[in-house]
Amino acid sequence: MDKRDVAVLGVGQTRFGYHPDKTLVDLFAEAFYEAFSESNIELKDIEALYYGNFVGEMTDGSANLSGFIADEIGLKGIPARRYEAACASSSVAFREAYLAVAHGIYDCVVVGGSERLYNAGTAIGTRALATAVDGLHEMTAGLTFPGVFALAARLYSKKYEVPMDKLHEKMALVSIKNHKYGAINPKAQFYNKFGDLKVEDVLNSKVICSPLTLFDCCPMTDGGSAVILASADFAEDVVDNPVYVLGTGQSGAGGLFRQREDMVRAIPRKKAAEMAFKEANLTPKDIDFVEIHDCFTIAEIIATEAMGFFEYGKGADAVAEGVTWIDGELPVNPDGGLIGKGHPVGATGTSQIYSVVKQLRGEFSYNPVKNAEIGMTDTLGGDFGTLVNVILGIHRRR
Amino acid sequence: MEQVTFKEFYDFLLEGKLLGLKCLDCGAYTCPPKAVCDNCGSRNLERAELSGRGRIATFTTTYIAPAGYDKEVPYTVAMVELEEGPWIVGRLEIENADEIGQDLIGEEVEIGGKEYPTEMFYPDKKRRVVPVFRLLRTF
Repeated sequence: MDKRDVAVLGVGQTRFGYHPDKTLVDLFAEAFYEAFSESNIELKDIEALYYGNFVGEMTDGSANLSGFIADEIGLKGIPARRYEAACASSSVAFREAYLAVAHGIYDCVVVGGSERLYNAGTAIGTRALATAVDGLHEMTAGLTFPGVFALAARLYSKKYEVPMDKLHEKMALVSIKNHKYGAINPKAQFYNKFGDLKVEDVLNSKVICSPLTLFDCCPMTDGGSAVILASADFAEDVVDNPVYVLGTGQSGAGGLFRQREDMVRAIPRKKAAEMAFKEANLTPKDIDFVEIHDCFTIAEIIATEAMGFFEYGKGADAVAEGVTWIDGELPVNPDGGLIGKGHPVGATGTSQIYSVVKQLRGEFSYNPVKNAEIGMTDTLGGDFGTLVNVILGIHRRR
Repeated sequence: MEQVTFKEFYDFLLEGKLLGLKCLDCGAYTCPPKAVCDNCGSRNLERAELSGRGRIATFTTTYIAPAGYDKEVPYTVAMVELEEGPWIVGRLEIENADEIGQDLIGEEVEIGGKEYPTEMFYPDKKRRVVPVFRLLRTF
């Protein structure tokens, strides 16, 4: 069945950081009303709600949130559902919302997410995040998320024969770059902070899971984000600057131990990206910039390879050679990424969409990508277990 | 079709035995066990005891623990490639992993099991059995 073109009407995002005074509902509401206010529609136009949240049960004692949220924000009685796919929760929600509109089930929907991990504290937050590894065979050894990416970093070093200390220096550049951009993003957790890190600052910060240090890691974050989607025909009637969804892809894998050495090639990401490129009728060369899931420095490097931007084993060189910086051929994470902007897990995917849409509309004044027409997002859920890629552009699909 | 429950898998591990499944169609081993052959998806499987030996594929020493594991830090988590092919996650019995660094990769280990108290969210509510890797040579 042919799919209809789908476009973004409006986007919203809370400031990322520490929100002890706002609930999961409050954070979503704030993001939603920012998106709604620029969409030129009425509440009654929104037919369904797609909500991403990872661990509301553990951080706030709350499950079954989508219905409560719909009611609290004035969308009384519409079908509402929650998606959980670890860090990719709101990206899976976004793709499902997109498919529903594309296939004519709804004309206009809202999708987004919220999470409160900073407020939960480090011990609960680390345990909550670790629920995304295999609960039995990986959790028994106490494997955490920094641990997963530390395992990947050592494997990458071995597989591509880059000495670990040399690799770590290149990984540090990812942190320096993303903190530099996060420090100028007013909605970032580290706005006005860590904008001028040096390699030694990253290497000498506290070791979390060797070899990864504190500055190799994204922070624990509270925040919310929301996107209003509609059929392109609907969108063109109500807003002057719709941003079109050109392609989406999703794939998955079992636990890290089932993926074996493929973990450093992130095969599900390769499949998801290829699916998105095929739907959009584009190739990696057509992409002007990407918002990538840099939960850890090594994660950004692995992602740029698996998505097809660089050869396997060459992603670390790309950041060292300036290719992924704002003036390079492929700016990666101009909004600061998860490392600089923050990572409110269930809200992260649609906050990447927020950044890409703002950038494509020319509203990303503090770190603009010149002449950007096509942008892409990449969200990873769990230990390479769920991968979602989305391609957006200022013109309809060719 | 043969099955091995997680309880059986960890009961055997505590006795020093590594239990898996052998595929009668493609010959591949699946460990830890699951519903189908990890290589070809067949359900034509038989129980098999693996050699319990393998090599370190990668590792990390954890200094910041999740709630429930804080009394155990620092601890070293490793992934081991078993002689029969599968990889498993466990703890490497070593105190100076970070000093040795990448040279640990490829080292031969023997696999056993060690019992720890369970924690609030762990699926086994009675105990937590951790696969433990012992290096065959000392550093």
